[in-house]
Amino acid sequence: MSSSVPTAPLASPADPSQVEEPPIAAPTSGLHETLHFALRNKKLVFGLSMTSALLLFAIVGPFIAQHGPLAYTGKLSLAPTTKGGFWFGTTLLGQDVFSQFVTGLRLAFIVGVLGGGIAAIIGMVIGFTAGYRSGIVDEGLNMLTNVVLVIPTFALLLVIAAYLQVRGIMMEAVFIGITSWPWAARALRAQTFSLVSRDFVDMARLSGRSSRQIIFQEIAPNMSSYLFMMFILLFGGAILIAATLDFIGLGPSNTISLGMMMQLSVQNAALQLHLWWWFLPPGLAIMALVGSLYVMNVGLDEVFNPKLREL
Amino acid sequence: MSLLVDDLKVYYRTLAGDVHALDGVTFAVADGEIMGLAGESGCGKSTLGNSLIRFDTRMRYIDGHVTLDGVELPVWDTVGMNEFRFDKVSIVPQYAMSALNPTRKIGAMTEDLLRARGVSARQAFPELRRRLDLVGLSDDVLEMFPLELSGGMKQRTVMVISTLLNPSLLIADEITSALDVSTQKAVSETLVGFRDRGFVKSMIVITHDLAILYQIADTILVMYAGQLAEKASGETIISSPRHPYTRLLISSLPEVGVRYTDTKLTGIPGTPPGLLHPPEGCRFRDRCPLASAKCLKEPPFVEVESDHYVACWEDTSWDS
Amino acid sequence: MGRYFLRKLVIYAVTFVVAVTIDWAIPHLMPGNPVLTLVGRIQIQDPRVAQALYHHYMRAFNLDLPIWKQYWYFWVSLFHGDLGTSILQFPTPVMTIIVHALPYTLALLVPAIVLSWYAGNKFGALAARRPVLDNSLLPFGYTLTATPYMWLGILLVWVLAVTWHLFPVGFAYDPTAQRAFTWPFISSLAYHWFLPFLSLFLVSFGGWAIGMRNMIIYELESDYAHYLEALGAPQRLIRRYAFRNAMLPQITGLALALGAIIGGALVTEIVFSYPGLGYQIYRAITNEDYFVIQGIFLFIIIGVLIANFIVDIVYLIVDPRTRIGMEGGR
Repeated sequence: MSSSVPTAPLASPADPSQVEEPPIAAPTSGLHETLHFALRNKKLVFGLSMTSALLLFAIVGPFIAQHGPLAYTGKLSLAPTTKGGFWFGTTLLGQDVFSQFVTGLRLAFIVGVLGGGIAAIIGMVIGFTAGYRSGIVDEGLNMLTNVVLVIPTFALLLVIAAYLQVRGIMMEAVFIGITSWPWAARALRAQTFSLVSRDFVDMARLSGRSSRQIIFQEIAPNMSSYLFMMFILLFGGAILIAATLDFIGLGPSNTISLGMMMQLSVQNAALQLHLWWWFLPPGLAIMALVGSLYVMNVGLDEVFNPKLREL
Repeated sequence: MSLLVDDLKVYYRTLAGDVHALDGVTFAVADGEIMGLAGESGCGKSTLGNSLIRFDTRMRYIDGHVTLDGVELPVWDTVGMNEFRFDKVSIVPQYAMSALNPTRKIGAMTEDLLRARGVSARQAFPELRRRLDLVGLSDDVLEMFPLELSGGMKQRTVMVISTLLNPSLLIADEITSALDVSTQKAVSETLVGFRDRGFVKSMIVITHDLAILYQIADTILVMYAGQLAEKASGETIISSPRHPYTRLLISSLPEVGVRYTDTKLTGIPGTPPGLLHPPEGCRFRDRCPLASAKCLKEPPFVEVESDHYVACWEDTSWDS
Repeated sequence: MGRYFLRKLVIYAVTFVVAVTIDWAIPHLMPGNPVLTLVGRIQIQDPRVAQALYHHYMRAFNLDLPIWKQYWYFWVSLFHGDLGTSILQFPTPVMTIIVHALPYTLALLVPAIVLSWYAGNKFGALAARRPVLDNSLLPFGYTLTATPYMWLGILLVWVLAVTWHLFPVGFAYDPTAQRAFTWPFISSLAYHWFLPFLSLFLVSFGGWAIGMRNMIIYELESDYAHYLEALGAPQRLIRRYAFRNAMLPQITGLALALGAIIGGALVTEIVFSYPGLGYQIYRAITNEDYFVIQGIFLFIIIGVLIANFIVDIVYLIVDPRTRIGMEGGR
């Protein structure tokens, strides 16, 4: 399947269709060749640099911020300035936007990696088991996947999170992880199917290798590139879901995230007061981060799938 | 002359450079002739077959001319080729099993195709039904979706559709490769039947299976590493080949009825050369038992006896 | 075909039961006496109201009954359309709140989904065959689909409403307008509806456009496309086939994407103070109005299940392979 970027239908309907028929990413003839194509792929390079830049910012930011994210500095609604280190200005309540921004950015990465990672692992275990062992196991797992898939998990998260008094970022990540895996499981199951029926697996079976060996030595290397791409999409999706949850008011307590910044700004009439430095940066950051992840994914697809490579 | 190919060169573009898949081939196919095109994987036979009708996105036309029934085919121009496709030159592709749109009934798709080519379905359909009947398919096929047909049925359907407009040249690309032996026989015989009934004038049958060619081909053209090795009548190729490659090919074929307890089944040692930077001179020389210093110069493809062409220094009649 | 639908119905039935059970179970899983905590948290001044509320909850939760009976009664009330009473808007029943809010949410969702799907697919198909368009569509599409729904809403409000005064800042209609089937009222409704709709539309559009573009490219590289090309078929025939085939996964994609766009609608309503389900749920969360939250959740579930079912039917009609597969090929 060419250009079949299996993007996550989590927070936006980009390519949910591709879930059904994943590409067969053939193993390239070596790390060297992969690297060669990887470095030449503009989308991958762009996506990776942007993501890395944001990551760097997220790591370093909190150290160079001159005020705590929740601290009331007494300087209300300040526009961005170099004085006092209020590079992104302050909120209506006098909190340092820059500090909030970098804190939120950090949290976004954490929730993305954790949430996306958990979803990827669950999806892989379920999808792979279903694809590898057909029959009852497959049917059962399929039913499970379908049920979780249909439940509007967003609404579910809403209900669950609403009841919790104190919410942590870990909890949020875990919740997102355990509800976003179905489409990944489906895609991985289909990919496993196509790999399992391929000749080299039959060869391995004929030569008497055990199931375990077959899984790890034959199938896993082929799946790993696909799995990695899935993870990237889940990563992006988790960030969007977390931001939406935070915006509704179900964000982690005792800290500030990008979604929460947007919520607070809207609540405090920042739009009417034209405090653009408060509500623009958080959304911009999410758009940049998730966008660069998606673009990176397209690039990766081209690198791993030789048929897509442009000449 | 039905088909004349003159010094055709087609390369594949890759990031590493151009792969010389087809490096200057010249041959002719007469009216009513079934020519087999044989060779191992990667020798360029599929490239040759495809370049006569539709260039893949990676194929790049370099040089050469193709003339069919006295008219030059603009193979490098995909739009220009459209008037010749289906009508004058047609193909039964390697992927015939998946060549039909899965969401369209076969009759509907054929009608769409005919109408788009300016042929009235009303006129063509009776003949279509007749031909389906000929290959053993019932009329109902037209009302079915591809999913409802077996692999063999799909292939026969594609064969009928491809030849519906009675093309001058039919290219059959590896159509028997995925079939069992008895079906292979049936399909091959159908091909010959098409020629005998005048549905197609001449045919190029691409395959790596010499046994099939022996059954149905009038002449066989053997290719190696992007170039032509030998061309002669089917009988000659099998019983008295002259090019070392062909001779090794024939001798490495297992014979029916012979038991190989004492002799080992030998293949040809070595592998064909990479075509990114093809070797100088004769491309077979690294594996050829008769190779000598002469072979550093590329041997021409010449007629050594009536209708028998060979490209080998050892076997030209220079010294006879 | 019967088997196909039976299977789907079973999945939906199971999903419904699971969702309702979760919905019922959550308050019970929270530590402490939920009723006391609830009433205590509300801090209602009037002791009579507090008392009434406490008794109401005890009855509602049936906490004096064994667990399985509580579960049973939950289902019973569900089928009676009794989703409880709102705390914040006491004594309004939750069902009433939902019924009033639903039309607004549907007014946003349905046109946004339908139009973005349609327009996105058309655009994506166009981009697939015009490289110039493709080069500008692709980054634009990816940017849109990576944009959080509420942020685009914020942007639109700030630029078009607050700064340029082209559109109203929020709410469903002009508060001074008279609620009647008159033109001024309807136009006021439309005027207020436009920005939130646009916000939802744009983000979804990006996703569909990109999806369709990729699907078309895939279809154009398929064997049947190559075969038709080899037989000299004009591009428009091949493109027509490719388009039809590419639509199929886009239809299933619709069902998959529903959850996301509903979330999007909810936050968009918050940004625009648009009085749909999202707005109500936001108020409910902020004010810990649990019955409303639970009720809206159930409603969303039902809506999603129905929508999924509709998509399944449509897909069955449109894709001959599923139909044939079920009738058993010849």
